[in-house]
Amino acid sequence: MSFSATERRRAEHITAQYPQSRSATLPLLHMVQDRDGWVSPQGIEDVAEFLGLTPAIVLGTCSFYTMFKTAPVGRLVVSVCTNIACLVNGGPDLFEHLRREYAHSDDVYVEEVECLAACDLAPVLQVNYEFHGPLTGETAVALIERYRAGELKARTISGTRQGSDH
Amino acid sequence: MAHETPVVTKFLRERPDDSWQFETARAFNAAYTRIEKAFSMGAEAIVEEVQKSGLRGKGGAGFGTGQKWSFLPKGVFPRYLCVNGDEGEPATFKDHMLVERDPHQLVEGVIITAYAIQANHAFIYLRGEFGLGTERLQQAIDDAYTHGFLGKNIGGSGFDLELVLHRGAGCYIAGDETGLLSSLEGERAMPRIKPPFPAAQGLYAAPTVVNNVETISTIPHIIAHGGDWYAGMGVNRSTGTRIFSVSGHVQRPGNYEIELGMTFRDLIEGLAGGMRDDRRMKFFIPGGASAPWLLPEHLDSPLDMDYAGAELRTMLGSGAITVFDETVDPLLVSWRLAKFYAHESCGKCTPCREGSSWIEKVLYRMVNGRGRPEDLDLLLSFGNNIVPGLNAPFAQTTICALGPSTMSHVVSLDRWFREEIIERLERDTARRRSLEIVSVSAGAGS
Repeated sequence: MSFSATERRRAEHITAQYPQSRSATLPLLHMVQDRDGWVSPQGIEDVAEFLGLTPAIVLGTCSFYTMFKTAPVGRLVVSVCTNIACLVNGGPDLFEHLRREYAHSDDVYVEEVECLAACDLAPVLQVNYEFHGPLTGETAVALIERYRAGELKARTISGTRQGSDH
Repeated sequence: MAHETPVVTKFLRERPDDSWQFETARAFNAAYTRIEKAFSMGAEAIVEEVQKSGLRGKGGAGFGTGQKWSFLPKGVFPRYLCVNGDEGEPATFKDHMLVERDPHQLVEGVIITAYAIQANHAFIYLRGEFGLGTERLQQAIDDAYTHGFLGKNIGGSGFDLELVLHRGAGCYIAGDETGLLSSLEGERAMPRIKPPFPAAQGLYAAPTVVNNVETISTIPHIIAHGGDWYAGMGVNRSTGTRIFSVSGHVQRPGNYEIELGMTFRDLIEGLAGGMRDDRRMKFFIPGGASAPWLLPEHLDSPLDMDYAGAELRTMLGSGAITVFDETVDPLLVSWRLAKFYAHESCGKCTPCREGSSWIEKVLYRMVNGRGRPEDLDLLLSFGNNIVPGLNAPFAQTTICALGPSTMSHVVSLDRWFREEIIERLERDTARRRSLEIVSVSAGAGS
């Protein structure tokens, strides 16, 4: 399998923006992550094939960046900040609460992340890269459940707006 | 009395509900009208005007912006402009706001800057986690293309500019100037040895200018009002305004744009409302996680970039001030920062790769009651391999500033809390020994 005709057009559009095609590595990895829900080995191969690189080179870049998930993570990525401003405003408790709550969930993936640049909202988290804060364990679960129920429309797993071209 | 002096944050405050939209920015903020003036001034005059303004980079290092532009080798093309919007310095959240809420100001700044340095291709490297920021900035770029402010022959001037929004993917070190370039080239965001500096060989080994989002957002205002106007604000060599992100235990955390020269006290107690819950301040970090800490006794010092370095042995860095009250354990904050640097160290330079994780491990045992009296000195001995001499301005054995940053908080522990920490480590050690004796004698008796 490689890119579909639509994917290929999209990839060509992205790559044409750069003087050197390898610069399109990150955008294309975002693209295959949106397609598959994670950066699968197939996704790596597709990007490598399109850019004329080896899969090892693409994976080498990919594995450096925390937003690229190299194992399936479900539908919602919940990123909880525990860095300094959140640390002293309840971030670690919020993270522990959510980690336990969703320990066995197939569609909610809770991760601890570094400063999200929204310290005025501490403790802050993101659901598929949408900011929310300040939150407690209870209000955070209520929020995530609204996403699960479809009451709040989530961004894609890579944080783009559904149906958006970007 | 403490007051704000909004320049780059003025419009986004005036129109909180639609400041990011093209029509609003055009109608109420004169968006893209400074381009014409810039084109009529000519490239060299713009660089001179920006040098005259005294504008210094607002991402952290505080290097002269006009000076940086003037380092481009003459007659070498193509050239590139890269805008650093990777904002990852813990407790900094100003670029996040500027990108989400006034993207047209940024795009206009890019057009003027690219014209001034004669680059026909510009990139904005935006932190990947900024979902809404990506959306709004891309929309702003699309609008600018639609209305002829980007693309071929802008405003009939003969100047062409392609502007690309490049999303990162979660990585602190992509915010380092050369780490950003590696990342933009599709590699791991590993910083590069300087020289060659990016001005000589940057993106694709071509002459490149890398400027922060807030720096570039200031450019349209300098063009509109002149370099003298900007230089007339601020104090000494810290001219103009800066956005300070204030967070932690204050009443009103948020971004405050002020004239430089105001005191920490006016900013923290005046604008941010002072401490929460009637508690006392224990310490604060004056310039992002990489800056050495300060105490309440320093509150009356001025927000002056050079004073911070020379007199306070710290820095205003990224303009992020985090305030901690008396209930906070400095060792806990230090350990969390150590964990951050251990996670974000790219692994290229041995002292940082190894040092950052050992600092984290030792701090972990210290914060959890398993420390030894000599642990603080052990940390300093690791640190001496990364930052020989352990004194600001930091020397370094690493390519980029992440190495020295791993030691800022440890140096601060030693500088301000040494006695308190050693006493605690001695207490913890004595308690552990007494438990050992109890368990040994219990074992002997059974």
